Amino acid sequence: MSQRSFEGSGLRIYAILYLLFLYAPIALLPVFAFNSGTIIAFPLQGFTTDWFAQMSTNSTLRRALGNSLTIAVSASILATCLGIFAARATTRFEFPFKGGIMGLIMVPMVLPEIIVAMSLLVVLLGAGLQLSILTVIAGHTLICMPYAIAILSTAFSSLDKSLEEAAYDLGETRWGAFRLVTLPLVMPGIISSLLISFTISLDEFIIAFFLAGNEPTLPTYIFSQLRFPKQIPMIMALGTVLVVLSIVLLAIGEYFRRRGIARISGKDSGGFQ
Amino acid sequence: MARHGLDAEAKKGLTLIAPPLLYALAVLAAPLLTILTYSFLKDGYLEVIAEFTWGNYAQVLTDPIVRTIMLRSLIVAAMVTLVTVLLAFPIAYYVSFMVRPERKSMWLFLITIPFWTSYLIRVFLWKVILGYNGVINSTLTGLGIIDEPLTFILYNVNSIVLTLAHAYAPFAILPIFVALEKIDRSLLEAGRDLGESRAMTFWRVTLPLAMPGVIAATLIVFIPTIGDYVTPELIGGGKIPMIANLIQVQMLALDNRPLGSALAVTAMLTVALVSVVFLFLNRRFLRMRQ
Amino acid sequence: MSDDHRPMIECQAVQKYYGDYHALRGIDLAIREGEFFSLLGPSGCGKTTLLRTIAGFEGISSGAVLIDGKHMEDVPANKRPTNMVFQSYAIFPHLTVAQNVAFGLRRDPRGKAEKTALVEDVLKMVGLSGYGGRAAHELSGGQRQRVALARALILKPKVLLLDEPLSALDRKMREQMQVELIKLQRQIGITFVLVTHDQEEALVMSDRIAVMFEGEIAQLDGPEALYARPANRRVADFIGVMNFLPARILAETDEGARVEVAGLGEVELPRAQISRANPEDEGVMVGFRPETMTLMGPGQIHYQTRETGATIDEVVYYGDMTYYDLRLDGSARLDGRPRTVRISMRNVFGRDVQDVGTRTQLAWSPGSLVLFR
Repeated sequence: MSQRSFEGSGLRIYAILYLLFLYAPIALLPVFAFNSGTIIAFPLQGFTTDWFAQMSTNSTLRRALGNSLTIAVSASILATCLGIFAARATTRFEFPFKGGIMGLIMVPMVLPEIIVAMSLLVVLLGAGLQLSILTVIAGHTLICMPYAIAILSTAFSSLDKSLEEAAYDLGETRWGAFRLVTLPLVMPGIISSLLISFTISLDEFIIAFFLAGNEPTLPTYIFSQLRFPKQIPMIMALGTVLVVLSIVLLAIGEYFRRRGIARISGKDSGGFQ
Repeated sequence: MARHGLDAEAKKGLTLIAPPLLYALAVLAAPLLTILTYSFLKDGYLEVIAEFTWGNYAQVLTDPIVRTIMLRSLIVAAMVTLVTVLLAFPIAYYVSFMVRPERKSMWLFLITIPFWTSYLIRVFLWKVILGYNGVINSTLTGLGIIDEPLTFILYNVNSIVLTLAHAYAPFAILPIFVALEKIDRSLLEAGRDLGESRAMTFWRVTLPLAMPGVIAATLIVFIPTIGDYVTPELIGGGKIPMIANLIQVQMLALDNRPLGSALAVTAMLTVALVSVVFLFLNRRFLRMRQ
Repeated sequence: MSDDHRPMIECQAVQKYYGDYHALRGIDLAIREGEFFSLLGPSGCGKTTLLRTIAGFEGISSGAVLIDGKHMEDVPANKRPTNMVFQSYAIFPHLTVAQNVAFGLRRDPRGKAEKTALVEDVLKMVGLSGYGGRAAHELSGGQRQRVALARALILKPKVLLLDEPLSALDRKMREQMQVELIKLQRQIGITFVLVTHDQEEALVMSDRIAVMFEGEIAQLDGPEALYARPANRRVADFIGVMNFLPARILAETDEGARVEVAGLGEVELPRAQISRANPEDEGVMVGFRPETMTLMGPGQIHYQTRETGATIDEVVYYGDMTYYDLRLDGSARLDGRPRTVRISMRNVFGRDVQDVGTRTQLAWSPGSLVLFR
């Protein structure tokens, strides 16, 4: 047993060091966001909230934020809706070329984003279409869809098939069975799919960089400002806000995921209706 | 008539899959086919000439600059993958085997949080840490260990590897963790019971069983790394481009779409080839387990 | 009950293919009104497929399914006068017990108070009075089973379909639920169709049983007839334990056959005791159940007509029963191989378990033999 505990404590120290490595860059964010020095370097100067104030009055940033939110909300809803179709098809039905079709739909997960962005750009330019946030939404929907499908497939496949049959057997229509039984039970999956897609889209840089035309999004705005040293403290403040936001969103997602598990296995009564 | 039941089900399945499939065809398959076509066409000034040629691929394979960049991308991606997976395995092992079950999800949560924060800012922060006046240099000079800031830690391949290894850490941990979780703990006890030492049990039982997870982790890290655009721009200072940067330059800055397309197709083929090799290895491991 | 033998369910030449797989191969079946009917067979025999075609979850490739005299081929599951209890119970996990039971009443025009009273009535009928407010996950296996029953019965179906409803329960609970289901069926009088792979369960619960193999009905009979006179060797193997001894037909007429049985000698067997052998069987066999013969011992009385010498090879003690493996004298006479047969004896007060190696007599009667040819 002593060998095991020795091994355990060695690994534990490693794990803590690893977490430090993971969190080191993020830990620096608030440090520089509240540092009054204009250069991002040690030693620190004084405490200030100026950068946050500067951030809140920046109109380009506000515009970028608006664009990013529009894109992320649209892309996450579209990806999740398409994901529901795909997840249901793949968990419930056998059909010809199933493997090939699902493979194609899941490809963006393993395709470098630069290729998605470039090939879409070539087609859009070739077709003479105007680049706008709409084209970014199209690209983001495409790359979010596989993640949505992965999450939703888990939700759909953990459902007992006979639940829907039971509802149908008890006189409901197919749609009624779906709405009254399946939908409430996969709702936690739908919510996590929306959250994950939203987060992916909000953070996506390459597609937005090439397909947005002149419209800024949060990541492309950040990228453009990183070239100007005097803008960087404000970007640190923005990063701090984004980190806090991400953690809040993740926590909400985690809550719904656990509630979904509780609902199926029965640790929490929750209760729709 | 005999196939009646199957056809009805197939029809329902196909109806359901139609919207996502059509979307993928329009937004993914059609553009990919377009660049595949472009890669066989000639480049004219500001336009593409509809004339078949292998020239773009010849250029991709022979141009020393292209070759250097391709090779660099492969090496960086391979190094990042190696470092990431090697660093990740002990963490996955620790969380799966040493952490109490009720605390496992908290550990996974802690590991994934940094991944969900802005990628750009995370990459940029490594520049802050490694830079001329960065955290490391200012700390070391402040402590009097060095007189001049170290310059070899930024704007080179090592810093790109470090940054990417940090960015893709959770991608490597999760699949390995899942594979380790699936291992029946009684197998390890059986290994010990049959007289193997703890280390040998790990080597002969745990590691082979975890291999599918390791292979998945390798692929999941390798694929996005080889196509990364941001890190060479920010950390490499644009001076050590990788394949993604080259594609972008050819497509947009130089407006040579056929060559850019050929580069993109070559990159995809490389990724596909590596994936196939690893999937094949995975299948071998799965077969061994039966 | 005047119209006792009117068919409630009729299957006429029902064929079902899944692609190239022939799941149902011409099922002809008439299930009577008010009957407790079982579909029994090993997994993959098509019993669940047949139940699901009656429920309407599966279409049929050809043939006809009628319920209460009406053709059902174009009637979807939600419009059929049948309701189902699923193997997994399929209790809606997001609803309470009462909401589960009331699920099928959503389109019912009756008022809310009336429905609530109805739900309470049905819950009372299945022994779950007062459980309406419970969440689904707070229920035990047996309680889930009752909710599934209540949810189906509240719609007053003409037929209740039960797909292996007891297989998830432990042995004690299963035996208790078997008795309760029989009582419930008698009380409400509707037709029950049960799918099971457990022959004991089918024998305990059913009025009639259809034994299925490979998409076909091998035998349709009452439990006693099925047990005592299996129509063929396969049914005999599937239901209970049966001993087989090689035999030789000496003479055969329309009335029956005269047979020489290894270890038992010559017997006359009437036509009713002659069944079909399996195609892969080599030669003719005679079978009998372990409890139909009597092992002789001190103070043992019996009503058998014949006796054969035997040696006790093995004794397996079960508490209430003892199994004896016996080597019959002269059992090697037909093919040179000695045979052992298994005999079961109830352990009663005053009779000791006999020892291995004891020489003894086995008493039997030709009436318990079945000839498979």
